[in-house]
Amino acid sequence: MPLEAHIKEHPAYFHRFDALWTPTVLILDSNGVERQRIEGYLPKDEFRAQLELGLARVAFMHKRWADAEQRYTQVVERYPDSKAAPEAVYWRGVSRYKATNDHTVLGQVPEQLKGEYADSVWALKASVWSH
Amino acid sequence: MAVQWNKDADAALAEAKAAKRPLLVDFSAAPA
Repeated sequence: MPLEAHIKEHPAYFHRFDALWTPTVLILDSNGVERQRIEGYLPKDEFRAQLELGLARVAFMHKRWADAEQRYTQVVERYPDSKAAPEAVYWRGVSRYKATNDHTVLGQVPEQLKGEYADSVWALKASVWSH
Repeated sequence: MAVQWNKDADAALAEAKAAKRPLLVDFSAAPA
């Protein structure tokens, strides 16, 4: 469901949603709570990956763990070379852990972030789960 | 497929709530 807010037509919306720069894209959940903020230009696939991360975040924050896990998996599979991919690997693991309460799930995440995602901040965050 | 952009924030928020769907908000300063 899309809402367009142009600075000349609706300057009040910029204040209402704390948008201080363009382009800015927000994903709000159905209650109007902000779940994702994308500030600045991104190439097409990086932008799409960020949008899908946002939808996964909506599912996660509503504790729809299976839905969130599936959406994070889709980000990894559709945009494996994107900057969003390692973040999706991280949160996919967290979603699965939340669904199962099986802590060994988290132990698998650092291994999944090795290789091309090793330099990401998400590999660093997941390193605490290494055995 | 062309996107049907809503330009009324209150209406869009109400619609999202009724449909239980997320809302994407695009802030732009690009020339029309």
